[in-house]
Amino acid sequence: MAEIELRGIEKHYGETPVLKDVSLKIEDGEFLTLVGPSGCGKSTLLRIIAGLEDQDAGEVSVGGRPVDGARPKDRDVAMVFQSYALYPHLTVFDNIALPLRTRQLSFAQRLPLIGPLVPGRAGIERSIRVEVEQAAVMLDVAHLLHRKPGQLSGGQRQRVALGRAMVRRPTVFLMDEPLSNLDARLRVQMRTEITSLHRRLGVTFVYVTHDQSEAMTMADRVAVMMGGELLQVGPPEELYRDPQDLRVAEMIGSPKINIVTRAHWKDNRSGVSAALAPQTRRLAFRPEAAVLTTPADELPNGTVTNLENLGSDIFVHVALRDGAETAVVRTSPDERRFSLGCTVGLKVDAARLMQFDEGGRRCGDIERVAAA
Amino acid sequence: MSLTASIQTPIRSVVRRRHRTEEAAIGWLAVSPALILLICLLFGPAAAVILFSFTDWQLGAATFRFIGTENFAALWADPPFWKALINTCLYVAIVVPGTVGLGLATALLIEASPALRGFYRAVHFLPVMSTMSAMAVVWGTMLHPSIGLVNRALAAFGVTGVNWLRDEHTALLALALIGIWQGFGFAMVLFVSGLKAVPQQLYDAAAVDGADGVLDRLRIVTLPMLGPVTMFVIILSASRAFEVFDSVRVLTQGGPNYASEVLLNRLYSESFDYLRTGYGAALTVVYLAIVVALTLAQARFIERRVHYS
Repeated sequence: MAEIELRGIEKHYGETPVLKDVSLKIEDGEFLTLVGPSGCGKSTLLRIIAGLEDQDAGEVSVGGRPVDGARPKDRDVAMVFQSYALYPHLTVFDNIALPLRTRQLSFAQRLPLIGPLVPGRAGIERSIRVEVEQAAVMLDVAHLLHRKPGQLSGGQRQRVALGRAMVRRPTVFLMDEPLSNLDARLRVQMRTEITSLHRRLGVTFVYVTHDQSEAMTMADRVAVMMGGELLQVGPPEELYRDPQDLRVAEMIGSPKINIVTRAHWKDNRSGVSAALAPQTRRLAFRPEAAVLTTPADELPNGTVTNLENLGSDIFVHVALRDGAETAVVRTSPDERRFSLGCTVGLKVDAARLMQFDEGGRRCGDIERVAAA
Repeated sequence: MSLTASIQTPIRSVVRRRHRTEEAAIGWLAVSPALILLICLLFGPAAAVILFSFTDWQLGAATFRFIGTENFAALWADPPFWKALINTCLYVAIVVPGTVGLGLATALLIEASPALRGFYRAVHFLPVMSTMSAMAVVWGTMLHPSIGLVNRALAAFGVTGVNWLRDEHTALLALALIGIWQGFGFAMVLFVSGLKAVPQQLYDAAAVDGADGVLDRLRIVTLPMLGPVTMFVIILSASRAFEVFDSVRVLTQGGPNYASEVLLNRLYSESFDYLRTGYGAALTVVYLAIVVALTLAQARFIERRVHYS
């Protein structure tokens, strides 16, 4: 119905490449998040899907129909903007009604002053009123319909923007960092509201964000972009457990994944060193994939420099032996406590240790090496 | 704890009061240059004009006496005054929409395409920078009935032009067109800067919402977002149009038969041609009252209508 397919999308601004051969298929009804640092091209990709910008090469199709060159309004997409982009002079009602009016009213009916006199308009306006009110009730802004955007809070503006997007029942929802102008608490609340909206509407959502936690908590699938390229696309847990690129591993997860150079594993007792692939340069593991040992006969080892107590977990920062690298290990408050300055070893679960080569690409897994 | 607090309170309030008077003195000192200038250049002369409007003083005369509201009564009964007032209002009614409309249209056209943008902006701004009285002479030549460029151009299309500045029906219109020509460049510059401040995301939203035609974009995004600038341009061009004088003085002197008489020209003739200073002062008071009333009304109007927050 409304799957989106991107094939070989390229985009340059002058000499600077913004998108390099991006291909991606988004299933009908899927919630896909595009995540990446600012300037990685994710917003440009979204604007190309919307038709607000033209790609230099490649094809876009929505619902199996190529839409290259089609105007935004002919693509059956709706978009929610970071700044909400509400029309400041129109009431909430008129803001939400606008997409319906531009589509359902004829040119003459839309004219100011003359419009209301043109036959047929009253009936259309009645049906528009019903739809706008439905959308407003769904988003809990029904009591605000007569206000102007300037009189609303950030969260309310966001809901109105969502209402304007959903009122004409598009088959694709595009969202460009819709929550980044909200304060932290509201942001977490709106996350669940957007995901439940997605479940209720059952249409395709493409959601752009730079916040990995938003990407991880909301999406069915996450596409990680960097430097104009898609690095990896997959369900959140796959990106977390099985990143194919060091940059993906670094971006996903909080606190960040630990990255330790190979040298620290030399003469490791559990034989990890021997099992490493020859091209491996760096090893990565999540904070929960290691346990701390004393005495520090396990490798790598180092000194405790900081303790972050979150109540449910304590994150222990360990400066590794030569001091240049740090690892963070999650410990439970029920376990024995480690004090600042004490020397500890890191015993990393070999199955959850990831190897990366010189270019940051994933290479041979320990299990596979061990089995061979 | 409470004991020390009760002892300290009166001392602290004294200190604070002294501190406050000191602050006020510094404040007055800081605004005094502006205040003195305002009194000398604005309030003083205005008060003098109001005073003279109740006298029979003539420019250069050694004495004068107070004659009450006699000047105003004479004004009320003077047909040329009413003619001037009506003409001025007509002039404003033509020049303001003309300036705003032409300024907006030029700004939209210039911003629509990046080619030669700076050149067009400069060209359209030139009349604003020029001296009106000098330009009026040029216009006088252009509008000359037989050798003027305007009538020659019309003749090329087979139309017989009129004597624009000497015809009762066209004199005021011709002056108004010159007024528009001179003022719309300034309106254009203001509109151009207003256009630059319209957020691109609003146009994007309008495009996605289906409003991507030129007229829809104008109606839904551009014009509403230009609201504050438009109001400013209207006020500015109205107050400029209200004080029209140079072109009238140079080209028609209010004629023929008061057809292009305006308030300031009337004021000038009475005060300096006929040296009836008291009468001229009464005219000035009326003029000032109208201008102040207009300004206040417009300021009220803007506050309410154009800011959306």
